[in-house]
Amino acid sequence: MLHRETGVFKTSYAADMALYPLPIARWTVAGIVILFAVILPLSLHEYYLSIINLSLIAIVGALGLNILVGYTGQISVGHAAFMSVGAYTAANLAVKLGLPFWITLPAGGLMAALIGAVVGMPSLRIKGLYLAIATLAGQLIIEWIINHTPAISGGAQASIEVPRPEFMGHHLKTQGQLYYFLLFFAVLATVATLNLVRSRIGRAFVAIRDQDIAAEIIGINIYRYKLLAFAISSFYAGVCGVLYTYYLGIANYEQFQIGVSIDYLAMIIIGGLGSVLGSILGAVFVTMLPIVLRLIMEPLAGLFFSSAEMSSVISSTRLVLFGALIIFFLVIEPEGLNRLWRNIRNYFRVWPFSY
Amino acid sequence: MSRRTNWCTAGLAAAIALAAGAAVAQEKELVFGLHCDRTGATQTVGVFLCPGYHDYIALLNSKGGVEGYKIRVLEIDNEYKVPPSMEAHERFKKEGAVLEGLYGTPQTAALTKKLEEDKVLGTSPGFGTAAATDGKRYPYIFPIAASYWSQGAAAVAFAKKQLGGDLKGKKIAYLFYDNPAGKEPLVILEDLAKSEGFELRTFAVPAPGVEMAAQVLDITGRFKPDFVITHLFGRSPSVSIKELKGKGYPLSKVISFVWGASEADIKAAGGYEVANGYHTLQFAGVGGDFQVIKDINAMYQAQGKAPPKEQETSVFYNRGVMVAAIHAEAARNAIKAKGGAKPTGEDLKKGMESVKGFTLGGMVPPMEIVEADHEGGGWVQVWTVKDGKLVKDGEWFQAYRDVIRKHLAATN
Repeated sequence: MLHRETGVFKTSYAADMALYPLPIARWTVAGIVILFAVILPLSLHEYYLSIINLSLIAIVGALGLNILVGYTGQISVGHAAFMSVGAYTAANLAVKLGLPFWITLPAGGLMAALIGAVVGMPSLRIKGLYLAIATLAGQLIIEWIINHTPAISGGAQASIEVPRPEFMGHHLKTQGQLYYFLLFFAVLATVATLNLVRSRIGRAFVAIRDQDIAAEIIGINIYRYKLLAFAISSFYAGVCGVLYTYYLGIANYEQFQIGVSIDYLAMIIIGGLGSVLGSILGAVFVTMLPIVLRLIMEPLAGLFFSSAEMSSVISSTRLVLFGALIIFFLVIEPEGLNRLWRNIRNYFRVWPFSY
Repeated sequence: MSRRTNWCTAGLAAAIALAAGAAVAQEKELVFGLHCDRTGATQTVGVFLCPGYHDYIALLNSKGGVEGYKIRVLEIDNEYKVPPSMEAHERFKKEGAVLEGLYGTPQTAALTKKLEEDKVLGTSPGFGTAAATDGKRYPYIFPIAASYWSQGAAAVAFAKKQLGGDLKGKKIAYLFYDNPAGKEPLVILEDLAKSEGFELRTFAVPAPGVEMAAQVLDITGRFKPDFVITHLFGRSPSVSIKELKGKGYPLSKVISFVWGASEADIKAAGGYEVANGYHTLQFAGVGGDFQVIKDINAMYQAQGKAPPKEQETSVFYNRGVMVAAIHAEAARNAIKAKGGAKPTGEDLKKGMESVKGFTLGGMVPPMEIVEADHEGGGWVQVWTVKDGKLVKDGEWFQAYRDVIRKHLAATN
């Protein structure tokens, strides 16, 4: 991530595909692991951990959506609904059968994968905007079904209260404990995605994205891989929904409405389509930017406005700034934060020389 | 806390500390957190309700605060989204908040568990589940206003009164927004339909709720009910008024739940002329004819400012004032019980559970909050559109408490 080599010296495919192209990359990763596993949780106040926790959940969802949109070139406006499928599956299993999280979590993911593959079926015939509308229908149908099926939703309020995840006899409930819980799955999702996209399946996804007819001609089963992309992507979304459910202690479909689907699309577009680092950067950007903006504005606005006026000024200004910053970053680099980061790295690769 | 990542925040905080002066920090202070929606899906409510809250607290502070404690309100705009309200709670907790005014039903649901674990009191007037009335099950959630169950019961009681005291053989239509909040009162309405002997038919309006011509035509053309109860949010109440009026249904036979009951809804429907006769349920008094509103205006006048323009939508503004007043009253009880010491969240819970007979000059119902009843009795008032304004139609009342209690017991 941080390393810069002076040229291309790779002589084998194995070297080209290696996760750690240089020894320094290994050290960078080790440093990041120590930072996130030890330094941050021990030094940060619970409040800052809670913000990171929200980002970690978003990272899982954004990675999943990026597999579908960024790597396979399909679109889904229904990802929030897949999250709710995961959330309710896990909540029902946890409450009705009393199952622990290490069963409910994959179960939620698998159920979401199944539903996702069904909703993804139109992708076999339609593309682009048409597919967007088809998945939008999926979102609305899933919302309606949950809202009108008490067996799934648990009653008129459509909320199921879920016990805290239990790990070796401890209930994880403080932000610090939940941080490790969420970090584990966010890292797992990241590593899994990194490996997925350099495997046969990942290459097939990219081939379909770049030209599906050509991909079919070179022997890729489009039918299988498109549905697989939907299933894998929905699996991530389902897991994201389960994590969210355990984090909040409640499953409620109103937390997974159409606006959330759009938020996640925004994350991967801002971060960079077809990039793991981009998904992470985008998820962090969209989750944290509004909070950071407010934290910066609060003391500043305090100098000019009374406390009552301040809240109104801050909430409107923040929205404007948030929108303006998204436009700003997309204008300076349409391919997202990931590309921006790569440009910076490439610049420093030969620095201080110009070639 | 002096780690590198916090330097930026710490620096900014230092800047305000300098500006505010060290003297302020010495004062006795209580921190309240206020979740608000000024820019999201329900900003039509938030932009009026939240200023009401701030104005009442400012009024209290200008008179020396609560039992010598100044109240500092931290407000965070959650845009009616769940993650920001989660962040807001952690922020409030970091700043030492002992009480939070929640905003939004999904947000209330999401924070219920966390508030209980962190022992911070949360109030959810007009939001959240009716089951939260039971303080044994939800110790740190206080609806402090009529739940949708209580509103449903009150609406039926009002219809009964309007229809001459007997509902046997009568027909009542229930027009509602098709979400969990909209469906919640159904159990109560269905139960009352059986015991009172009226025919109930339900008409769901799907999101976003601005298209209900078909449902209204069904009501006025086919079902022809004796009374209509509506439970809608956002832009849809005004649409319902227009549609019912347009199809020739008398609005004097319509009663709306609390979120379809503001001046803004009436104006959006075409004004008081159009909405004449429309009944609304309220959990706080309406209009500017209360001592507390006059005091707020006097406070503004003393600062050389005009009264806040948010008072034009007094239904929501007054609700903000009411919520703030009950928060302050709970804090007052808690401080008194501790003999002047600074109360914790647990103390405030006890303080809230001893709020009784606090009416703020008639603006707040005569509620009595106890552990078994965090709603405080489910009181409502009916206000009716008449001669270009909302006019009070009778005093505070509660209805069918036995039925509500039966259902509360059944959910546990």
